[in-house]
Amino acid sequence: MFGNNTLTEFIFGRLSWQAIPYHEPILVVTFAVVALGGLALLGLITKYRLWGYLWTEWFTSVDHKKIGIMYVVLALVMLLRGFADAIMMRIQQAIAFNGSEGYLNPHHYDQIFSAHGVIMIFFMAMPFVTGLMNYIVPLQIGARDVSFPFLNNFSFWMTTAGAIIIMLSLFVGEFARTGWLAYPPLSGADYSPGVGVDYYIWGLQVAGVGTTLSGINLIATIVKMRAPGMTFMKMPVFTWTSLCTNVLIVATFPILTATLALLTLDRYVGTNFFTNDLGGNPMMYVNLIWIWGHPEVYILILPAFGIFSEVVATFCGKRLFGYASMVYATCVIMILSYIVWLHHFFTMGSGASVNAFFGITTMIISIPTGAKMFNWLFTMYRGRIRYEVPMLWTIGFMVTFVIGGMTGVMLAVPPADFVLHNSLFLIAHFHNVIIGGVVFGLLAGVNYWYPKAFGYRLDPFWGKMSFWFWLIGFYVAFMPLYVLGLMGITRRVSQFEDQSLQIWFVIAAFGAFLIALGIAAFIIQLVVSFLRRDQLRDTTGDPWDGRTLEWSTSSPPPDYNFAFTPVVHDHDSWYDMKRRGYERPLAGFKPIHMPKNTGTGLILAAISVAFAFGMIWYMWWLAALSFVAMLAVAIGHTFNYSRDFHIPAETVTATEDARSQLLAERT
Amino acid sequence: MSSHAPAHESASATHHGHSNGHGAGHGSLKGYVIGFLLSVILTAIPFWLVMGGVFDSKLLTAFLVMGVGVVQIVVHMIYFLHMNPRSEGGWTIMALIFTLVLVGIALAGSLWVMHHLNANMMPMSPEMMKNMP
Repeated sequence: MFGNNTLTEFIFGRLSWQAIPYHEPILVVTFAVVALGGLALLGLITKYRLWGYLWTEWFTSVDHKKIGIMYVVLALVMLLRGFADAIMMRIQQAIAFNGSEGYLNPHHYDQIFSAHGVIMIFFMAMPFVTGLMNYIVPLQIGARDVSFPFLNNFSFWMTTAGAIIIMLSLFVGEFARTGWLAYPPLSGADYSPGVGVDYYIWGLQVAGVGTTLSGINLIATIVKMRAPGMTFMKMPVFTWTSLCTNVLIVATFPILTATLALLTLDRYVGTNFFTNDLGGNPMMYVNLIWIWGHPEVYILILPAFGIFSEVVATFCGKRLFGYASMVYATCVIMILSYIVWLHHFFTMGSGASVNAFFGITTMIISIPTGAKMFNWLFTMYRGRIRYEVPMLWTIGFMVTFVIGGMTGVMLAVPPADFVLHNSLFLIAHFHNVIIGGVVFGLLAGVNYWYPKAFGYRLDPFWGKMSFWFWLIGFYVAFMPLYVLGLMGITRRVSQFEDQSLQIWFVIAAFGAFLIALGIAAFIIQLVVSFLRRDQLRDTTGDPWDGRTLEWSTSSPPPDYNFAFTPVVHDHDSWYDMKRRGYERPLAGFKPIHMPKNTGTGLILAAISVAFAFGMIWYMWWLAALSFVAMLAVAIGHTFNYSRDFHIPAETVTATEDARSQLLAERT
Repeated sequence: MSSHAPAHESASATHHGHSNGHGAGHGSLKGYVIGFLLSVILTAIPFWLVMGGVFDSKLLTAFLVMGVGVVQIVVHMIYFLHMNPRSEGGWTIMALIFTLVLVGIALAGSLWVMHHLNANMMPMSPEMMKNMP
């Protein structure tokens, strides 16, 4: 039978005590803090007997509103992790001069910059965007839920499973040291023999299932479940941008999946798709991953554009200027985003004709984006602007994003790109558009829709503190990187020789510190608002004098969203209804057909984590077992026929009467 | 303001909208049998082309195999996925066209890009490749 060694190897694969990084003091301290914090959290949940509540009301919920909130919570947790990586890099680069190695060895530093990119894109921005779309889109189109409520819950848990796999790499083994896109040959088996790249691959593959399915779900929802009368050209702009984003998700994530699958084959079974010899070509990986990767950045920014459109129209008290041009610009960006991918590797050596084509398409894409910018400006022009927090974020975005857009057009010029490629100028550019565009948009969205989700507004003072710290912090942190990039400093460097550069890195580190204050102010804002919730209470369901359907229901909306499906006559339909003297129906409620909660999504996602863990550590028995279990659970779920129930008419009447009373108390 | 009174309980707002009459048929036994037979034939042809060594030119064989593969995709879409230009009010065909455009962009673009890269690279023998640092 097995010798002792073979048996251990069979059970644990590559996993051994060496994989636990107890020789890295930073990681040991992090682990201690995380473990203590985690135990405290679990203890509190147990003490207050919240497990049952969390399980029945949240984890197994198929309600798009609760899933949306859970997505955003996941995104905020991952934001903290990703930002911790960012500030560690900034401190390292600020002190690693004059022969000093800094406080991070290269092995650790390389993992940090890879993890920062992966986490911020896949596990901060993506869940945040998906969460807001999940919460808002069904409300904006007057639907009671998404098309496939169970699939929605499953998608969320798969995304979370991916995040858990990435987080595991912090304490068990290591993460990829390859940068956020894991280019071969560096990420191939020869140069990255450890588990880092495998964590990367399986984390993204598991989360990718969730992202793709939620994309399909939201497309089906928007196409099939709009309220009667809401034609495509009467849809709110946020719903439009969500539609385009989800089309992009469904069309491009399969490319990512296929590319990573080919890399997996290279690493696990010794194929040669992306190796240097035997007919492989690593540049093919770069080519394929950017066919996904460029649309990906538009997947992130388009919903942010939608949020700004809603915010501008609401806080200027005007119809959005150029609604139709906004819709067409969004669609044009959606198509164009597919034919610009090569601008990420002009320096690869494709030659003049190819580079010229992709350079020009890249510059063209700035035209619809510019059109959007003017639309927002003209909406503000002669509007009655209310400088609430969401509006501040929007104005901060407009200024910042234009700068980022202009440096983007500079990078789109191939000869200029040969100088700037992979320099800190590039880093400054994409942080400029992603922080100035996506993050500002998401924070505007949170401030704008928070009263809808929780029934009270966010505290404006701390909101403004957060805004100013973020805005100033962003400029202080990233303008020095533009300067350094123009001087020719490349990205991902852990130590420097030239003393004269240090001052710029110190300034950038100070900027990162200001952003940390911005994040802290945001967390304080959440806490303070919760404590002051009675003063900030929104009883009307329409705290900002909104224009779209989500403001026509109560805050927070009832489980069924709308007692009666609204009928739409114009875009900005809620504004139209208010203008024409809409009266809430008070009687005649009917039972409402709703989907039932189920734990299958969570179970499947948990098994996926086990499967990925087995694959990463070569524990083949675990991988095989969990794969079979996954199939069994999925097939078993198809025999679950008790999937729906009716909310009785009395419950609906009671809920609606309670709201009538609230509304009556106000006037 | 009667026009704004909630007119009706929309069926589409419930979650199990049993979509009747949207054009996507559920297929018949005859359809499935035809599809199955066509698939078998279209699988047998490439097998025979390769195993029987029908053509001397490998390139020709490869293109024929790919061509038959494309025909097979169409057969699957018609007989197994029940797609036709009218199903789901035209959405299916729209999605199909969109998919084809994207696949076209990705394939043609990749070939173009990689071809130019190849043409611009220094010619290298496999031996030189092997001895690269």
